[in-house]
Amino acid sequence: MTSTAFLQYCLTGISIGGIYALIAIGYTMVYGILRLINFAHGDIFMMAAYFMIFAMVDFALPWYVSIVIVLAATVLLGVVIEKVAYKPLRNSPRMSIMISAIGVSYLLQNLATYLFSALPKGYPKIDFLMKTITIGGISTSVVTFITPILTLVFVFVLLQLINHTKIGMAMRAVSKDFETSQLMGIKINRVISFTFVIGCFLAGVGSILYFTPRPSVYPLVGSLPGLKCFIAAVFGGIGSIPGAMLGGFVIGLSETFIKAAGYSEFSDVFTFILLIVVLLFKPTGLFGEKITEKV
Amino acid sequence: MTEQKKHKLSILFSVIAIVVLAIALVGVNKFTAPTYMLRTVLQLGSIYALVAVSMNLLNGFTGLFSLGQAGFMALGAYTFAIFTIPVNQRAGVYYLYGVADWLANIELPIVAALIVAGIICAIMAAIIGAPVLRLKSDYFAIATLGFAEIVRIIVGSSPMNRVTNGSLGLKLIPKFPNFYFPFIVVVICIFIVWLLINSSYGRAFKAIREDEIAAEAMGINLAKHKRMSFIISSFFAGIGGALMAMYMGAITSTTFNITLTYNILLIVVIGGMGSLTGSIISSFLVIAAREWWLRFLDQPFFIAGVQIPLFKSGFRMVVFSIILMIVVLFFRKGIMGTKEFSWNFILKRMGKKEKTPVGGEGNE
Amino acid sequence: MSDKKTILSVKDITMQFGGVVAVNNLTLKVREGEIVSLIGPNGAGKTTAFNVITGVYAPTNGEVKFHGNTIISNFPKGKMDKLYAGENKGKYKKTLEPTPDKITKLGIARTFQNIRLFKELTVLENVLIAKHMRMKANIFADTFRLNHKEEQKMREDSLELLRILDLYDVKDEIASSLPYGKQRHLEIARALATEPTLLLLDEPAAGLNPQETDELTDFIKDIRDKFHLTIFMIEHHMNLVMDISDWIYVIDFGKQIANGTPVEIQNNQHVIDAYLGVADDE
Repeated sequence: MTSTAFLQYCLTGISIGGIYALIAIGYTMVYGILRLINFAHGDIFMMAAYFMIFAMVDFALPWYVSIVIVLAATVLLGVVIEKVAYKPLRNSPRMSIMISAIGVSYLLQNLATYLFSALPKGYPKIDFLMKTITIGGISTSVVTFITPILTLVFVFVLLQLINHTKIGMAMRAVSKDFETSQLMGIKINRVISFTFVIGCFLAGVGSILYFTPRPSVYPLVGSLPGLKCFIAAVFGGIGSIPGAMLGGFVIGLSETFIKAAGYSEFSDVFTFILLIVVLLFKPTGLFGEKITEKV
Repeated sequence: MTEQKKHKLSILFSVIAIVVLAIALVGVNKFTAPTYMLRTVLQLGSIYALVAVSMNLLNGFTGLFSLGQAGFMALGAYTFAIFTIPVNQRAGVYYLYGVADWLANIELPIVAALIVAGIICAIMAAIIGAPVLRLKSDYFAIATLGFAEIVRIIVGSSPMNRVTNGSLGLKLIPKFPNFYFPFIVVVICIFIVWLLINSSYGRAFKAIREDEIAAEAMGINLAKHKRMSFIISSFFAGIGGALMAMYMGAITSTTFNITLTYNILLIVVIGGMGSLTGSIISSFLVIAAREWWLRFLDQPFFIAGVQIPLFKSGFRMVVFSIILMIVVLFFRKGIMGTKEFSWNFILKRMGKKEKTPVGGEGNE
Repeated sequence: MSDKKTILSVKDITMQFGGVVAVNNLTLKVREGEIVSLIGPNGAGKTTAFNVITGVYAPTNGEVKFHGNTIISNFPKGKMDKLYAGENKGKYKKTLEPTPDKITKLGIARTFQNIRLFKELTVLENVLIAKHMRMKANIFADTFRLNHKEEQKMREDSLELLRILDLYDVKDEIASSLPYGKQRHLEIARALATEPTLLLLDEPAAGLNPQETDELTDFIKDIRDKFHLTIFMIEHHMNLVMDISDWIYVIDFGKQIANGTPVEIQNNQHVIDAYLGVADDE
């Protein structure tokens, strides 16, 4: 492998890793607050892609308007899902709410199949993102280049938000102790909705960045990236945003290099093995906190 | 009515019910065309019933939320297929890559292959169970889901070409020798699970579901019992997978994707986590609804010559998933909750009608 | 009293969570046939001590002996080696961390402060589950009912136990549907079904009304005599404790501050300052 090729792969890996990171943040935040693996998150990511097709292909809107619409619609979808499918189960066993999440995922996939058919649909091209640029011998598209930058910017902003604002403090409190923070007068529903807003906003951004260089969208397209991003969140320590980012980058890079080495069939196997290994040796991930059950 | 009399009566009723069902099954076989939908629903429903029961043993009775069922089904289906595709037709099945030498001349009878499929799954469960069962609730779920995906990808990958035929999948898998075959296998398997659930070990499983810490304080070895439950569940999931392979005749690794696990999970939830009869009833209902009763939703629908716009391909699954969400949100206990169908309940009703004083046997 | 055999001996037990020392160098003895109480203010580390004895937590340092055999032993290692803030470091060299089920098998049964019954199961099933551990048949034999006689005996023994503890009438009720007092009884019945020689009761009177508490005194003495038990309990009801105990240990901030007969404890200035207070029994 030449050094240019190596750098090329690094860039590709970091880029896809950045997208994974954006989606993983959604998983990690929801898990941190509701202790729920939001199985529908990957499908929200898929729906965002269809929203984009709707806006740009069916309504022929310019890309900058479409992006706003896509992000708004994705956020709305996420918040509605939370209100309809998760909120009523807040006091029931964790298993029920997880089953509900699986049910939502199932519903979204079937709904997408019904509305858009199971056949792949072309994803609209945003021209300036697809432009090829060359930096130091590596040629790449703009989107590949800006993805990691965008990711870092979003993570930075998010961390500021969580560490230095009132709603951020409320979120931290809720993730530490759901009941007590409720007693302290934190409006729990607002905090949860806000978490979904952030998670889905980032999934929407991730969706645009993910699909722009890819040809098509189909209803099941979200489930595998969804799982991988969840693994990224587990890897970094669920509940931790820097952890989710790191996990995203690790999975993106390793996946790219495994593919480069000619084992593309097994890149997903590697990801799942990584998951099981992490769970076995450091069940709370790299930055996760240890939780002990009280007897 | 005394306990003993009740017990005898319920055995009598059960025998009658089994005979009636058997006669009905013979009737279906004798008087329906081979392509009739009811036959499909009954066969597929019974296979799903077995797989749902195997998942329920883990999720509903032992309280271990596993999402690995499809992985074990894949393992069972492939094991069964590999050993039963007729030797003289293997060249045709493995036309692209050829068949591995060790495999070329092994052919097992169907029943033996079913058991081998179950045993391979049980061994696999024993191997992965030791580490994975240490994980808590949702981590366990996600790890088993990961395992199922690993199995699926490896089974369909190129290094396995000469064994599993890689991404092409396997075909010419022997079909059911007769109409009754799947029912006999499923009834035997579910009966064994039923015996287990009602044994002392079954009670220990339920104790773990109710409260792990208390169960451990009562001297129940958590690791050992969870492992047993996992192994047994996988054994039957493997047999279920093998039956699925027989039913379909041809399989590829994509047959056993995550959606299959979700389907089974949702059947278990609709039937009631922790109820065998619930899982069985729900399997037949869900399969009948999905494959038969709701079929019309996928066809264009006309009222007085006007086409109703919603009805088109895919609508059936949307309606189906909405029904599911309603069950999940509003009827969380499913059809049966954790209860089992029992004649006692019906007898009690009868007893009340006849105004016979109920013996002071505890049930106020 | 000292002629009786020591059944449980806790030596230098320290339990440290991170930097917090919950139990600090606790040493105590429980003699055969006695009723021994462990008292102290909330958060003193009483339940933690129970959790160490029953194997829920592995102690950071120290050992536990039961019938003269060491059943639990540990010393600070790994990260704890540096963090360790307790005493007697280096005195113990063995690591023996059995899981709770192993401890129960040896004959130590317990109840929980916040009742932990198998809620959705019947009263009889709750007791049968506790008998499971002593079952000899393996899962195969049990599934196919090859051990019919054993199962039959389990059932008879359980029913007998329920009869003795006055729970026979409700044997088919769902555990969570019982009134609170009965649930406490059932928890004790379930513990007895594991055939213990030592019974640990974690606040058996919590949540009971005064009348039920009074009855509990006789009840505990009764089961001690009927089942030849030694009883070690945590309790806040001083009337009950003073009435029933042969020996009392008092701990505060994880450390033992006194031990003695009820009369000695009632007159111990340390205990009065730390816990009992003046002219008040709670």
